[in-house]
Amino acid sequence: MVKTVESRQSIVIRFAGDSGDGMQLTGNRFTDASALFGNDVSTFPDYPAEIRAPAGTLPGVSGFQVNFSSLDIRTPGDAPDVLVAMNPAALKVNIKDLKRGGIVIVNKDTFTGPNLKKAGYDGNPLDDASLDNYQLHSIPITTLNSNAVRDIPDLNRAFINRSCNLFALGVTFWLFDRPIDSTVKWIEQKFKKFPAVVAQNLKALKTGFYYAETAEMFPSQYVVEPAKIQPGTYREITGNEATAIGLVAASLLADTQLFYGSYPITPASDVLHHLSKYKNYNVMTFQAEDEIAAVGVTIGAAYGGLIAATGTSGPGLALKGEALGLAVMTELPMVVVNVQRGGPSTGLPTKTEQSDLLQAFFGRNGECPMVIIAPKSPIDCFHAAIDAVRIAVKYMVPVLYLSDGYLANGMEPWCLPEIEDLPKIPVTHRTDPNEYFPYIRDTETLARPWAIPGTPGLEHRIGGLEKAEITGNVSYDPDNHQKMCLIRQEKIDRVANDIEDLEIRGAEEGDVLLLTWGGTYGACLSACLQLHEEGHSVGHAHLRWLNPFPKNLEAVLRKFKTVIVPELNLGQLNMLIRARFLIDTVPFNKVKGKPFMIAEVKEKVLEVLGGGK
Amino acid sequence: MTLTHSGRIPVLKKKDFESDQEVRWCPGCGDYAILAAFLKTLPTLGIPRENHAIISGIGCAARFPYYVNTYGFHTIHGRAPTIASGLKSANPDLTVWIITGDGDALSIGGNHLLHCLRRNMNVNILLFNNRIYGLTKGQYSPTSEKGKVTKSTPLGSIESPVNPLRFAMASEATFVARTMDSDLRHMSDTIRRAQRHKGVSFVEIMQNCIIFNNGTWKPVSEKKTRAETTVTLEQNKPLIFGQKLDKGLRLKGLGAEVVEFDPETPPSDLLVHDVASPSSLHAYMLTEFDYPEMPIPIGVFRQVERPTYEDSLHEQNRIAIENKGKGDLKSLLHGTNTWEVNADGEEIRNDAVDV
Ligand code: SF4
Repeated sequence: MVKTVESRQSIVIRFAGDSGDGMQLTGNRFTDASALFGNDVSTFPDYPAEIRAPAGTLPGVSGFQVNFSSLDIRTPGDAPDVLVAMNPAALKVNIKDLKRGGIVIVNKDTFTGPNLKKAGYDGNPLDDASLDNYQLHSIPITTLNSNAVRDIPDLNRAFINRSCNLFALGVTFWLFDRPIDSTVKWIEQKFKKFPAVVAQNLKALKTGFYYAETAEMFPSQYVVEPAKIQPGTYREITGNEATAIGLVAASLLADTQLFYGSYPITPASDVLHHLSKYKNYNVMTFQAEDEIAAVGVTIGAAYGGLIAATGTSGPGLALKGEALGLAVMTELPMVVVNVQRGGPSTGLPTKTEQSDLLQAFFGRNGECPMVIIAPKSPIDCFHAAIDAVRIAVKYMVPVLYLSDGYLANGMEPWCLPEIEDLPKIPVTHRTDPNEYFPYIRDTETLARPWAIPGTPGLEHRIGGLEKAEITGNVSYDPDNHQKMCLIRQEKIDRVANDIEDLEIRGAEEGDVLLLTWGGTYGACLSACLQLHEEGHSVGHAHLRWLNPFPKNLEAVLRKFKTVIVPELNLGQLNMLIRARFLIDTVPFNKVKGKPFMIAEVKEKVLEVLGGGK
Repeated sequence: MTLTHSGRIPVLKKKDFESDQEVRWCPGCGDYAILAAFLKTLPTLGIPRENHAIISGIGCAARFPYYVNTYGFHTIHGRAPTIASGLKSANPDLTVWIITGDGDALSIGGNHLLHCLRRNMNVNILLFNNRIYGLTKGQYSPTSEKGKVTKSTPLGSIESPVNPLRFAMASEATFVARTMDSDLRHMSDTIRRAQRHKGVSFVEIMQNCIIFNNGTWKPVSEKKTRAETTVTLEQNKPLIFGQKLDKGLRLKGLGAEVVEFDPETPPSDLLVHDVASPSSLHAYMLTEFDYPEMPIPIGVFRQVERPTYEDSLHEQNRIAIENKGKGDLKSLLHGTNTWEVNADGEEIRNDAVDV
């Protein structure tokens, strides 16, 4: 057969299977090969909260979506063009997301009585008309894989089916004309201690690849040309890894040791895992006994003069509230990473949400303002972590850093910044006892001196009780308390002098402004630019700093007739904007544990535009 | 005080450690005596003032740091061990004191105390045990005896108390001691020994709250009855007590009994104290003794060596730097898995493959 090749700008593929089927690994390998091929890529892993939910059931389905493109992309894509489903449950959960006419590749061997029943199918969807709207390819992957690998010497027969995912990966590699050599190398490295496992996985991968080529089941191959990307050195990075690296980079830029205190919690644990590997960067990690201890040791390390950070997710932030009040009161610099997840309570631990914004603003007793920064993309997690440290030590304040599950686990190719472009972070530990008082302040930033234990002549006492201005002695004086509350607020407000102005993309002024924060950046910017290109008067502005707001925020808002605030919560930024500026903003909210799709944002904008006309 | 030009630590006096803050405990509170013993002991340790950091939680005892002219941090309820652990990790050269009470350490902060002890942070924990909540005006505490009538237990507490020393032993503390506010010398000596111990030191100080729990340690703590109600633990010495030194402790089965004898001819089978006894059973047994059935032991129950948390923490970094070289920004950003895109848009894989 003559091989035909179709060219596409972008393709979105979703790998789905049981949580034990190795879908995350498969997706990661496909991503790696695509990035190396020169596509722009963006990923979205979606996995269940249970480590091993019962096999074959709907809650046990784990998915990994990757968008690869010859264009510059910002999201893992809306609806997949291709679905690889390793069992009936994976098909059931994901088929509704697939584009009409999209390609479905299933492992036919798993579509048997018990599996179908567990997935809630009455009949076999491969045999009835239910998939007629898609290009269905049913492949007996289990059988083909087993035939291919069963004669490998020293093969562990119990694990024979474990390479089915590599077989499926091989099929997709052929279908999308990906080079397989980087995956071959990866398998050889990863399992180098287990030659039989290497042999099994390579055999499965290659068999899948050649099967797709020779079985003549696909009418054509698809190619997605490399993106025109800027020259440079690249690596792939997830948001959590970028957060970790950003904190380490900040400590190097500040020439001060990094301390990270944390208690394991999904989806923030990876930050702790990554940082614990950086011991040769003199990073100290402290796995504390609980969330409160994690922030406590971090306050202690900040008091001791280190670049101190703690990391958690929403429930943990709730537990840290009282201690953060202490950090605010004692004006010690630290970064509090909150990788948001679906709430309330335990909520949706592995799903994304932006519902901790008001907790970040107000989740502490008393008048207790904190600086808040939110990275906008996995890569921006790196820069935001550096910015958070820079502001923390300059203003002597704790800084809240609001990432989310979508950013944390999402992966992008990262063009590494030039090291010279990363500005140094000046850190001064006071040593001069002359005219020293614990609460005298820098006139510009209102920062108090960072005088750390061990410094002769600067012995002093601090604590959670209200401080007298300048001396820092305990004070119950009514006027002093009011003054100190105002000073603590003023410190936060002055950070606005140090942050970038809000930028508008798309229309500079006009009908609709999309105002976003955090991980919704990519989808909303893409929606804006597409609408703008289509001739609509739509702009987009994105808040990286939530507290304080950039100085030009109000001016930006007033350039547009309508401001839409899309958020993965029930309207938290929207409430803050309305309260601050008395502007009748339009909330656009989603709390499904999933990120925005570009299409649904566009639809909302069009609805507002239509209504306004 | 500042360092002399020779860089040597000048001789410090008690006065050097007094802060300018007015002490605000109730007149007659046992905390005054503890503060006095502490201030008297600090100059004898040979540690410069700036190297002391006193960390407290919340409660009457927690006001302590304000009254000592060193570094001090009055933190939040129960959490002093966490802040102290962070500080000690950041700077192992500091002498870190945790000042706490029975409610602070064993109720709201029980979890942190457990982990601070088992980690063997080289800090000194002084627990002022007055068996009551003083600052909140008189509710029963986790060390209050069963049946205790307080504001919140008008019909008597229905809870069994926790024994601080048993808690510390079970948490694998490497230094466990008890002293009392009415014995300045013993307090001072115990505080000094706690500081000298490399590893976590846990000291229960029996303290009188004159307002809400006056006499709680009577007759154990009173000078005139003390000899009969307590037994002082001394290394390698038999456990003998009594005004006339005519009583001692002897093993009986898995426990002990009091024996009386002529002080001229003490029996040879008396229990001999050993802080580093190979089995912790010896110290455990001593923590169980309670008046009036038995004399209450005073002194160091147990003292053993174990690597400290902060030493191990720094050691891991040192070894990693030695093995891999000190990381810099370039190696940090590059990681192990990069590729180049050249001006023609071609991709070249670099480095080793990341796995
Ligand atoms: S209430 Fe009791 S413990 Fe507190 S200061 Fe007064 S006497 Fe001392």
